Amino acid sequence: MEDSAKAYWSATLGLLTKILIVWFLVSFGAGILFAPALNSIHLGGYPLGFWFAQQGAMYIFIALIFYYRKKMGEIDRQFDVHEE
Amino acid sequence: MELQTTIYLVVGATFALYIAIALWARAGTTSDFYAAGGQVGPVMNGMAIGADWMSAASFISMAGLISNMGYGGGLFLMGWTGGYVLLAMLLAPYLRKFGKFTVPQFIGDRFYSKSASTVAVLCLLVASLTYIIGQMTGVGVAFSRFLGVTSETGIYVGMGIVFVYAVFGGMKGITYTQVAQYCVLISAYIIPAIFISIQLTGNPVPQLGLGSNIVGQDVSLLHKLDLVVSDLGFANYTTSDAGGMLNMFVYTMSLMIGTAGLPHVIMRFFTVPTVAAARSSAGWALIFIGLLYTTAPAVAAMAKTNLLRTITPGVVMGNADPYAADSQLVYAERPDWMKRWEKTGLLKWEDKNGDGRIQYYNDKSKNDAFKAKAEGAGWKGNELTVNADIIVLANPEIALLPDWVIALVAAGGLAAALSTAAGLLMAISAAISHDLIKNVFVPDISEKNELLAGKISMAVAIVIAGYLGLNPPGFAAGTVALAFGIAASSLFPAIMMGIFSKKMNKEGAISGMLAGLFVTLFYVFAAKGIFFIKGTEYVDLIGGPNSFFGITPEAFGAIGACVNFAVAFIVDKMTPEPPEHIQAMVESVRIPRGSGAVSGAH
Repeated sequence: MEDSAKAYWSATLGLLTKILIVWFLVSFGAGILFAPALNSIHLGGYPLGFWFAQQGAMYIFIALIFYYRKKMGEIDRQFDVHEE
Repeated sequence: MELQTTIYLVVGATFALYIAIALWARAGTTSDFYAAGGQVGPVMNGMAIGADWMSAASFISMAGLISNMGYGGGLFLMGWTGGYVLLAMLLAPYLRKFGKFTVPQFIGDRFYSKSASTVAVLCLLVASLTYIIGQMTGVGVAFSRFLGVTSETGIYVGMGIVFVYAVFGGMKGITYTQVAQYCVLISAYIIPAIFISIQLTGNPVPQLGLGSNIVGQDVSLLHKLDLVVSDLGFANYTTSDAGGMLNMFVYTMSLMIGTAGLPHVIMRFFTVPTVAAARSSAGWALIFIGLLYTTAPAVAAMAKTNLLRTITPGVVMGNADPYAADSQLVYAERPDWMKRWEKTGLLKWEDKNGDGRIQYYNDKSKNDAFKAKAEGAGWKGNELTVNADIIVLANPEIALLPDWVIALVAAGGLAAALSTAAGLLMAISAAISHDLIKNVFVPDISEKNELLAGKISMAVAIVIAGYLGLNPPGFAAGTVALAFGIAASSLFPAIMMGIFSKKMNKEGAISGMLAGLFVTLFYVFAAKGIFFIKGTEYVDLIGGPNSFFGITPEAFGAIGACVNFAVAFIVDKMTPEPPEHIQAMVESVRIPRGSGAVSGAH
């Protein structure tokens, strides 16, 4: 039980870390730090860095939360700690 | 039908709807009052979170801010949405599993200390009260601009409406009215945006229209906007950042963790039946919020384009020379909407060079080439001042939309302000009746009396909020930044450590919260005065404005949060571990199984 609880928590932390890396890359990375470089690429009429800061990051945030919900549900069932 | 009559009808109909919902959703138990009985579905809760979150500032002011800031305005968009990823993964599911009514209760129980919970109540009250002033003034503004009454009358009417559904319905009444208010505010925001996008780009989806070409031209809207604003001496629209890259980075981070730590939003996650439902509500909430937040940058850029098109039609819609005398609009021939907004004082024109035409440009530009051109054209300074709020409020008129759309925007602005005010009032009254009265002063209070105490604190909070709205303290403008700074530097780190660090003890958490709060307030007060009182600024003492690596006071919450974490871990290492049963409690909060209904038991 003790070991299973530890394994569950480290699986959870692993998932959170992966998601936070993407979260950081799309907003602080593409939207701010690399925005000037990305602006030379165009997505339709959008300079890419500008697009990430004012559109793209938000779409990816939504996708991240639903991905988290799905994966977390799988981890819950795998370690048998899901709700009835 | 006259415009005024239409506005009264539409706004009146939405108010009648809110009151009808209030009568239907009355709170009979403390569980109804604090957590809507714990039976709200994730989609409904997502909508309610959306309305709770999107305030008068989001609805009325944000697009205008982005319009002025250009690319740098993206910090509001990323900051206020990215926080939901943190909230969804780091806080909401665990706080829901913990299963109590309020945020201070979690902090008090987890850190086995009434002082910890009292510090949290204090942070909550300051953050929520400062935030609510903006909502109340927003209600007043919407009333006075659209309904032709004074803003005082507007605030009284707004207080009355909130009173009906918040006092009798508690969280239950607030939840269902927020769902209705979300629908009103989102249609009020998106319908004008669709029309404007079609007019300018031919694309009905504003998010795509912003990346499209201007109608009849082979140049994209954003590129054209870049060209026109730099011709007028402003910074390039798509690249102008907000106070440098580092400041933008830290500002965005502060808004994100501030968002995740605001108690009135966290509380909404206590209304769903399960941990899984808490996770999905965050996703739904961000979809509903994202609808407005991804539309806002389109509104911002398009409204700016429309404004410039009104003043210099040939330059925006063709390739006319911006410095030629006949490129600028003759003041006497200005459109009706400009005349209407001039009356409100939000739009002002002053003919500095006496040519009867409107010159709108950046007269503070440091670019010598531009200054020479402006001088050569005989410009004697910028002649038009445009308040940022016009960008959203006058949008339907600029685009010549029918009266009912204008009425809808009025109702939308009111819905945004009222729904956020109600959520904040809920957080305030729960902190007083549950965390102070029940937890500290009268622990053996009966359920019935606690419900009564909750309703009385709600009523008192409404009166205080109304008073502050009627007599806004001089510091009203800086207050929202303060609310985010407090949430980011004190509440977010404390809750997060409570879940993710099993060994964090009360000494660590309390000193962390106080240190984070102190550092943030110290930096903000240095620039804006102690408690925002004029004349008490001590900015020279800390080495001048933005002396900490050029970071502005508004952006400082993230630094406060770092201080909080650091102090907490150092103190934690020097003081005894938390007791066994607390560590066991953290273990149980981390797994979803066994989540019960939320309750107020201690």
